[in-house]
Amino acid sequence: MAAAKVNGCVSLNERSSASENIKCDNSDKNIENGKVHHSLNGYEKSKLKHTSNGFNKMATFDRESAPWMDWSQHDIFPGSFEKCSLLTAALTHFGLYILMFLGFVNQLLFKPKVATERNREGYAPLYNPFEQFYSRYVYRRVRHIFNRPICSTPGAEVTLKERYTDDYNWSFGFTGTERRCINLGSYNYLGFAAPEGACADAAAAAVRRYGLAHGSPRAELGSSRLHRDLERTTADFLGVESAVVFGMGFATNALGLPGLLGAGALVLSDENNHASLILGLRLAHVTVRVFRHNDVRHLERLARAAIAEARWKKIVIVVEGVYSMEGSIVPLAAVVALKKQLGLQLYLDEAHSVGAMGPRGRGVTDHCGVDPRDVDVLMGTFTKSFGAAGGYIAGSAELVNCVRAQGHAHAYAHSMAPCVAAQVLAAMRAITSPEGVARVRRLRDNTHYFRQRLRDMGVLTFGHEDSPVVPMLVYTFSKMAATVERLTARGVATVGVGFPATPLNKARIRFCLSAAHTREQLDECLAALEDIVDEVGLRYSRR
Amino acid sequence: MILMDIYDTVSWWTLVIAVQVVIGSVYFLWQKKPKEPEDKLTNQKLREWKPLPLVERTFEVEEPILIDNIGDNVLNVGATSFLCLDKEPSIVENSIKSLHKYGVGSCGPRGFYGTIDVHLELEERLAKFLQVEETCVYSYGFSTVASAIPAYAKKGDIIFADEKVWFAIQKGIDAARSTVRYFKHNDMNDLERLLEEAAAKKELNPKRRAFLIAEAIYFNSGKMCPLRKLVELARRFKLRIILDESLTIGVIGKHGRGLTEHLNVPRDEIDLIVGSLEHSFATIGGFCAGTHFIVEHQRLSGLGYCFSASLPPMLTQAAISALDIIEEKPAIISELDENSKKLNKALVNLKHYTFSGDELSPVKHIYLKNSELPDRLKNSYLRNITNYCLENGVAMAVATYLRDTEVNCPEPSIRLASTRKLNDTNIAQICTLLDEAYEKVGPK
Repeated sequence: MAAAKVNGCVSLNERSSASENIKCDNSDKNIENGKVHHSLNGYEKSKLKHTSNGFNKMATFDRESAPWMDWSQHDIFPGSFEKCSLLTAALTHFGLYILMFLGFVNQLLFKPKVATERNREGYAPLYNPFEQFYSRYVYRRVRHIFNRPICSTPGAEVTLKERYTDDYNWSFGFTGTERRCINLGSYNYLGFAAPEGACADAAAAAVRRYGLAHGSPRAELGSSRLHRDLERTTADFLGVESAVVFGMGFATNALGLPGLLGAGALVLSDENNHASLILGLRLAHVTVRVFRHNDVRHLERLARAAIAEARWKKIVIVVEGVYSMEGSIVPLAAVVALKKQLGLQLYLDEAHSVGAMGPRGRGVTDHCGVDPRDVDVLMGTFTKSFGAAGGYIAGSAELVNCVRAQGHAHAYAHSMAPCVAAQVLAAMRAITSPEGVARVRRLRDNTHYFRQRLRDMGVLTFGHEDSPVVPMLVYTFSKMAATVERLTARGVATVGVGFPATPLNKARIRFCLSAAHTREQLDECLAALEDIVDEVGLRYSRR
Repeated sequence: MILMDIYDTVSWWTLVIAVQVVIGSVYFLWQKKPKEPEDKLTNQKLREWKPLPLVERTFEVEEPILIDNIGDNVLNVGATSFLCLDKEPSIVENSIKSLHKYGVGSCGPRGFYGTIDVHLELEERLAKFLQVEETCVYSYGFSTVASAIPAYAKKGDIIFADEKVWFAIQKGIDAARSTVRYFKHNDMNDLERLLEEAAAKKELNPKRRAFLIAEAIYFNSGKMCPLRKLVELARRFKLRIILDESLTIGVIGKHGRGLTEHLNVPRDEIDLIVGSLEHSFATIGGFCAGTHFIVEHQRLSGLGYCFSASLPPMLTQAAISALDIIEEKPAIISELDENSKKLNKALVNLKHYTFSGDELSPVKHIYLKNSELPDRLKNSYLRNITNYCLENGVAMAVATYLRDTEVNCPEPSIRLASTRKLNDTNIAQICTLLDEAYEKVGPK
């Protein structure tokens, strides 16, 4: 094969004798002008001859900076994270200081009504003082909005068991009454949390056939045809080669990541990643570098610096599909483009996005138009959109074999309960049917409608238009508690989230929409919100 | 106020250093703006960057047996369902009733509408059953102990653990990042030596939390831990005890309350009892039991509790119904104990195997007598033996370990789980089959 003699780059201005085509046999030893050139495959190693324009192109090309990504070609919108006014920030901080001061005074003057350790004098104290202070004097004041017991299916509506407290939230008792509320707090994106229906019947049949649990890990006597069918169906659902399922979603990350990654790998992890990912990465003993939330430019800078260090065997990006505290979606197409250009690998945690995103409900790959085979590891849970429990890791057959052989769950953790597996199978089959696609579409319509109405109301929401998790910022603990209390009184059950799940001065109310919500129910919720927005003072948006 | 707390934990000179650090950093921040780090990635470096694939080699994973292919008349002594409650009709009916009330999933973590009244009921019932102040229920047995340990033990603390604790405890210790000292399996003299060394080196002091982690009956060997001696050592050296009673609750003791009942040790000597719903209670999940002071902490700091969806209500109801049966009919526990003792007597007579396991332990480990073979070969022979036994009517499990990841990987063995429905014929069948299998497919 003839090839033009090149210097590492084709220079079209060459007129010298050296730019004639030469034959590429390995025994080439052209002697020209007294110099010996060893030309292999037409690639010439000599540097001084055959330069054009008088300077050494090959050397500078190598030392040039590798080209940066052209982000104008991709959608890199990280989500809307509108900042509050300076006054709000200042008042929030001031409020926190007052709270701390009051707590300090309280601690000095009054003895706390908590249990202390008995018979352990001389032992090192079990908890550190700031943790105790925070838990007793800050968290305790708003404790009544967390851990609320329910006594019905967590579907579109839920029945709360009301509690009362005589001693300012140190302890609770039940009033005996129940309250039926519209449920904007549970993760029920496609409405499969239902006590009757095809999925419930499948679960009941599985219990009758297999019993409650297998009592053994998958590698021993805990595998059944249900698990195998579920793995096959999950792989087909996601569009990849194969999948493995686990009994608990949290454990999927905590036990699967150490099996996949080992020392010598570098992980670039988003700053808002879930606790299970952080625990899995700790147990894997890998080096972790954190990039700003959804900031692909920062990710690119970190990746480039890491490659330039030349000491990592592989670099893995760990991101989530939908972040449940921010309501934002990862710019997956951009991340995949970056990964392909620099040779990185991608681990995608779709806990909240599988089933809920995309026109067919296949997750964020469906939503962003990315080929699922471009993502190296697809991980997700069945808790949110399928109304069950457990998780999966999906990808190529080699990847799944690696997780089964080296991950900790296959050998040690008991397999998924048969009723749960049957529920997931039935739900997954339902999503692929036209009725399921209708559910996905309803969820999307509900999401757009709700977010639009919230924007019109003037409250500050975070995230993307399409994410079914809608966080509404309230900034202070007191407003978080006040909003949840008032909404509950009006028949809407929502979730208030504060420190440490969010930054200290950015407490928020989180609405989780569902395909099971009707337009009327959403209107009721919005009317209730409209009622209290001025009383509590939540119109922070300045748009 | 925070300054006062900091002052309490450290001394005045730290405050002086802190003030100096604050002044220094304000000075530097005032001086110059931090520059963007310059980009060092050249074309050449990018070309030389040859990342390894995520999965570096192919793995051969043996396809496990499907439980559907095991007939109903096959005796199952591999699954750890000691009280045979996994297909008990009353439990099945109750959990299906619960399914038709709550659905399958709980759709949320405990903090966000995932606390269902059945969870509270199970926690109360377990607390009453174990005669402790409070319990908290987790949704997976592995995560229970793996989240409980790092909730209390942090980076500067010290942990003394038995060298044959099971894998979840090892991962809990790993996640805690504390200093860990493993003592020889069930050897109290070795533990005492380690504690005395640590005390001499001033590693045990009133500022540093120290924990002692042991299992009531070890999953990897079947031996029972000498709890009285452990408690005595812990009191002497001021350690807090975390006892994993996964295999003993519902199994030993007159009422099934575990090792503390069996050995008559007051339950508040143990700081934290960790139990599992996956063995005797034949469902999924786990729980931690102890005083209110200790268990309440996990509701905010136990990672597997706060950041995970709660246990599905029908499985919780199954645990409650199993607890009903255990409380009503404590005779099943003595049946199980009788069978475990009979199994021990029978296993002594095996020709080609040695075994390990206390006479009351519900798990027995059976090792090949020929101990010079490499582990890989032993594993494959044991697998052949269990396959032969399965074809002839008894399902057994070869204990699976991740050889490269375990801290002290035990020898390959068959893990036998005794159940309360075993009769003498079954036991005889097991022993004959084991010996037969060795002769047919075992090492020559």
